[in-house]
Order: sequence, then C-alpha cells, then structure tokens
Amino acid sequence: MYPSRFDYYQATTLSELFDLISEHGEEMIEFLAGGHSLLPMMKTGLASPDILIDLNNIEELHGVEQNETTTCIGAMERYSDISRNNIAKTNCPVLTEAVSLVGDIQVRNRGTLGGNIAHNDPASDPPAAILASQATLHVHGPSGKRTIKEDDFFTGLYETSLEDDEILTKIEIQNIGNGGGAYLKKPSPSSGYAMIGTAVVLHSTDGIIDTARVAVIGAVDHATRLTGVEDALVGSPATHESAISAAEHALEGIEDYMVMEDLQASAEYREHLIGVYAKRATMAAIDNLPK
Amino acid sequence: MFSEYIYGEKNMSEHDITLTVNNTEHKLVIESRRLLIHTLRDELGYTGPNVGCESSLCGACTVHLNGSAVKSCTILAVQANNADITTVEGLAQHGTLHPIQSSFQEEHGLQCGYCTPGMMMTALDFLKHHPDPSRDEIREGLEGNLCRCTGYHNIVNAVESTAKKLAEISSGGSA
Repeated sequence: MYPSRFDYYQATTLSELFDLISEHGEEMIEFLAGGHSLLPMMKTGLASPDILIDLNNIEELHGVEQNETTTCIGAMERYSDISRNNIAKTNCPVLTEAVSLVGDIQVRNRGTLGGNIAHNDPASDPPAAILASQATLHVHGPSGKRTIKEDDFFTGLYETSLEDDEILTKIEIQNIGNGGGAYLKKPSPSSGYAMIGTAVVLHSTDGIIDTARVAVIGAVDHATRLTGVEDALVGSPATHESAISAAEHALEGIEDYMVMEDLQASAEYREHLIGVYAKRATMAAIDNLPK
Repeated sequence: MFSEYIYGEKNMSEHDITLTVNNTEHKLVIESRRLLIHTLRDELGYTGPNVGCESSLCGACTVHLNGSAVKSCTILAVQANNADITTVEGLAQHGTLHPIQSSFQEEHGLQCGYCTPGMMMTALDFLKHHPDPSRDEIREGLEGNLCRCTGYHNIVNAVESTAKKLAEISSGGSA
C-alpha cells in the first residue's frame, strides 16, 4: 500500500506555511499532523494530495500553557504528551482521560489533538471531551486569526467550520476548577473507536448542580451535546439518583434517523447505550466533584 | 547526491534524509511517499520490523522513533529525517540478549515470531511509563500489537518477567 506521488514540504513557522499555501493555491493540499488518519487514507486512495505540508515542526503549534481560567494546548501536541502533562491533567482531566483512550500506545505517540479535532471523526474520543469541557479553538489563515467556540466548531461528518486554507493553532480549554468531570467509552471490540463515548463536566454549589455539560461521540455523525440531560441535571442534587433520572432525557433532540448504525451496533442498541453511558459518566463526574 | 532541481524547480517529491538506526548513521535519497517501514527493510536491510497489515492495526512494524514506539507503516521516511530509530536489531548489546529478549525466550512468548519484534518494542515503551504493571495493564499496553499464535498469555508472562528484570537492574542488582 503506497500513497500516490506527492510533494512533501515541511513548514517551520506559520508564515512559511501560509507562503506555501499561497504558492500552491491551485493544487490539492493536505496538512500533515500526526498522520494516523491521513496516511491510511492516502494509502487506500481516499486522499491523494498533490502537496503534503507537514505541520509538526511549527514551533507556534506546540506547548501547554496554563492561564487564569483556561489551559492552552498547541495543536501539534501529541496524545501521549497531553495525557502525561500535569497542567493538562489538573485543569482538563476530561480531555486527558479521553486522549489517553485513543487508539493504542503507538497511535498516541504520534496522533495530535489538533489533527484529531480538525479531522472530526464521528467515533473518536476528543471531540466529546472538548464539547463538555468548553473550549475556544484558535484558528489561523492567510488573512489572519480568528477564534471559534466549541459549539460552533463540529458541524458534520468529518466537517468543521475550518476553511480549507485555515489551520487550528491551539485549543484553549476551560479549566475545570472546582468542578468534576468524567469521560467513559464503550470501545468497538475490533477498532477501539468509541461505539459510544460520553464526556461530562459538572459544577456544584452546596451539593446542588449549577452547571452541566454532557456530550457524546459515536452516536450521531459528529460530537453532540445531550441538552436534555444537562437541563435535567441543573438544579438537582449532586447524587447518583439525579444522574439516573437525568439520563432518561438522553435521547431528547436526537432523532432515530440521526443515530449511526454499523455491523457492531444497530441504531436501536446505540440509542440504548447513549442513555446508559450518560448515566454512568454523570455518576462518575458526580463522584469526582470535590467533597 | 541527486539533482535538487528538475526543469529549474526544486523537486519536492524526493528528499535527502539522514536516519540514525541503532546508532548507525545512514544518508539516503527517498521519495516523499516512501514509508519508514519500507525504507528500513528494503533500503537499509533492517528486517526486524515486519510488514503485517500496513494499516497501523497490527503493530508488527513497531520501532522506536526518538525513544517512542511508533508504527513505521504509518510514518513517512521523510518525517523521520534526522531522527534516532531503534529496531529490534538494536536491543541486544555485544551479543548479549536484552532482558526482554531473554524473557520472551524463557517464557515461550512467541511461536511463529512474526509479531515478536513489534511486541518487544511496544512493551519496552510501555514499561518505561509503567515499571511495575499489573497483568491487565500489560494487556492494555499491548492492545496495538496483534499475535495470531500464542493467545497472548505467554507474552504477558514475558513482559511481566521483563519488568522484574529491569527493576533489578535499575536497583543495582544483577538481572
């Protein structure tokens, strides 16, 4: 399995990258991050770029930085580095849990958070964690910078609100602070991708939940929030009973036709799992609230 | 050296690269689309890493790239330019088997042996971060490496025994 021929360029700065993009504007360009989705697609002919631009050595896309209320993770940070990073583990535990469950050791040693989010696979763990944690996605294109909120970023099957000539530079995640969170998944027994993956971030005051974010991946064609569960949790006591009754609202807003179906799980079974994992992940998040 | 310029334009479909494999430096010219596994095996003769699925599922091609286990079928050779690569051939030192090699032998951790180089390279990366693993953790750590002979049981034994040997070595005892 060989990819078809292409020209390979390595950008070391963002300005070099945008020079390359404008120089090759007429050709089919792909950006290479960790490569663990793109290279398999190139080997099977699903992608055949004329130009491959490697983003791994762009200094501006690296680093993990803690701010007052957020943590910034460079788009080219790899899963294995993020899952071992103490700043990230403290401030965005739901995301670090999700990235530690992607693929296997070798995949996590190469795959990047930015590549994952920009690719927006419907069954990959990080997008659910991003939606639940809340994040500002920093984007850079030839005409400058802009930011996109997490709720506006994942738009469809492998679709995001990134333009073709834009790249994700950093992911600025809301610190969990005194909240509690969890990411739980039921992996496909063969591929390890999420049959269902559910991320929850809660905050409470005096034992009453006052904010709740619940997001699921693997259910419909992109990561999506379970707003019925969120609404049921807010104002409820931070107890397992609340998780059980809130999970009854898991399918609100999710129509039957939207639910994915494959050899391993029918839509009906996935709908069942959406409820089960909403319940379990919420219980785990409640357990993780500071006592 | 190959010509960098064809028809007056820099040719970016071929690259001069330097790979340091098991401490030996190699300079070569490769196509952009050349995968690291094929460069290691076909250009440089390191046939320890095997070609299994070629789709980053089986782990038979696992090598260390700058100290981390990676599937060399899913990395372009040009991406490894200037990197340090260790293949299974680089584990034994001066004719003495690495502890993980002797453990696989003692515990019968292989039958046909095709997956073994990849198993060892992944297990060593895993043990670096989990020096005292449980059997479940070992199984989880090796989820990216498939074996179709052993049923994994003896592989888990071999990794467990390697962990003990490495712990003895690092505490100054004899392995």
